[in-house]
Amino acid sequence: MHNGTNVHTHEHGHALGAAGDRPAIAAAGVNLTFETADGPVHALKDVNLRVAPGDFVSFIGPSGCGKTTLLRAIAALEHPTGGTLTVNGVSPDEARRARAYGYVFQAAGLYPWRTIAGNIRLPLEIMGYPRSEMAARIDKVLALVELSEFAKKYPWQLSGGMQQRASIARALAFDADILLMDEPFGALDEIVRDRLNEELLSLWARTEKTICFVTHSIPEAVYLSTKIVVMSPRPGRITDVIESPLPKERPLDIRDTPEFIAVAHRVREGLKAGHLDG
Amino acid sequence: MADAALGHAPRAGGAGTGLLRRALAGTTLPVLTVIAAILALWYAACIPMNIHGTVNMARAHGFEAVPASRGERRNMGAFELVALNPAAIPHVWSAEKPRLPAPHQVGAEIWRTVALTAPNDPRGLIYHAWVTLSATALGFLIGMGLGILLAIGIVHNRAMDLSVMPWAIASQTIPILAIAPMVIVVLASVGLTGLLPKALIAAYLSFFPVVVGMVKGLRSPDAMQLDLLRTYSASPMQVLLRLRLPASMPYLFTSLKIGAAASLVGTIVGELPTGGAGLGARLLAGSYFGQTIQIWSALFVAAFLAALLVGAIGAVQGATLRRMGMAAR
Repeated sequence: MHNGTNVHTHEHGHALGAAGDRPAIAAAGVNLTFETADGPVHALKDVNLRVAPGDFVSFIGPSGCGKTTLLRAIAALEHPTGGTLTVNGVSPDEARRARAYGYVFQAAGLYPWRTIAGNIRLPLEIMGYPRSEMAARIDKVLALVELSEFAKKYPWQLSGGMQQRASIARALAFDADILLMDEPFGALDEIVRDRLNEELLSLWARTEKTICFVTHSIPEAVYLSTKIVVMSPRPGRITDVIESPLPKERPLDIRDTPEFIAVAHRVREGLKAGHLDG
Repeated sequence: MADAALGHAPRAGGAGTGLLRRALAGTTLPVLTVIAAILALWYAACIPMNIHGTVNMARAHGFEAVPASRGERRNMGAFELVALNPAAIPHVWSAEKPRLPAPHQVGAEIWRTVALTAPNDPRGLIYHAWVTLSATALGFLIGMGLGILLAIGIVHNRAMDLSVMPWAIASQTIPILAIAPMVIVVLASVGLTGLLPKALIAAYLSFFPVVVGMVKGLRSPDAMQLDLLRTYSASPMQVLLRLRLPASMPYLFTSLKIGAAASLVGTIVGELPTGGAGLGARLLAGSYFGQTIQIWSALFVAAFLAALLVGAIGAVQGATLRRMGMAAR
């Protein structure tokens, strides 16, 4: 599917997905308005989107474009004021109760009074997993993010990048097939970020999760995604959806190839256009 | 990530050689210096404070009072009298009923009533300290429990937030210390005597800092941490037990220290009118009979009790936070 060399153009709302496939996430005419003291703020306007299972979707745009709001709406942390939004074919609230997704925040947000293993155990405790199963799951996800030796350490004993990996492990512990990530590497330096991006891709390949990834870095979005959703502010809306022509195997130096640069250019153009008519 | 976990680095440098070097490097020397300064000031203050009484007893001490007339001396300033009667100075630290007893007099009284008197003897301070401590502890536990429960209610229920907090604040504007004796007398008239009335006053004073501290502590988790639990569809009870309560621990212990001290004050004031047992009763008896030495020794024992309570809470705090991996680092 991603072996074409041309950048495909899709009108938003009709992107990807063979007919009959149940989309992981589907938005149709989604609007979301916040009532504030200064009057209503139109955070999302007429958002149409289809995310197929196994997709890696990046949401990119300047601050205030609604990318985080859209992610939070998918997680049922915000509720659309219009349109329909489904996750795995059901409403976001039902999907959450069915443990459809794991959420990774901008900060790791590990509990300082729990060890790394204890932090990963947190969702398992809340969801009522049997004690015997917890240990096996913790071992599995710690191995997945290469933190096995740090199970008994406290968060403050780990670097920022390691803490963020632990928080990814926490989101993976309960087998949700969707991973929602809100600028998870935004607070990390570039070198650590490159490394984590590479690891995230290999983790995605091994687990075959559907990943929604909010970022404001063009190279990050292009490097990671199979689908890039470009958004614009005031009101928050989707201005372009780009299907990436890059292969699934992506070494870091793919960023110097003409294909990569072409996609990055189109993202930049999309952001610019959104800014002009915004 | 190549960076390894940061371990506890052993403290640099070898152990100090010799007691003196350690004393100089640590807090021992400053603490001793301050104590010495306080003692010196105290002894010095005894001179003007006790000079009138001592000069009145000039005959017994074997010197002549200047001026000879008692009425004349009464109207004189303390420092003037000291200047006129230098012979009185050695005797100001050994008066029987001094205005300000000297430190060694208080020390001797504490030694006599604590070490040389049986613990269950009402003439000894251990007996009275125990009476006060038990009422303080009971009141403190009631106040702590009430404070924590109210704080949990306030954080979870908007109606309680709006209604209870103003009442809690208003409750502290009542000068309970001033009306405590009356409360005790009223409660006694309805048959409530002994430990409980004092404990109630102690609880009344100690619940407030616990409420304020716990409300702040239970609200300390940020929006992101609360959102995280929402993504797990956690119940309010799970949020309380797994996030809010652990996060509030540092706040709780700080409030408990304040609450414990307030509890002790409440108990002592509650004991004033009982005339029976307890450090408060001892203070009142001392002031009836002009037994300043007895008052001061009771005060010091009360201060020691407060230090004991705060120290015990500090020890529990240290152990708890260490277990939670949150100890000072």
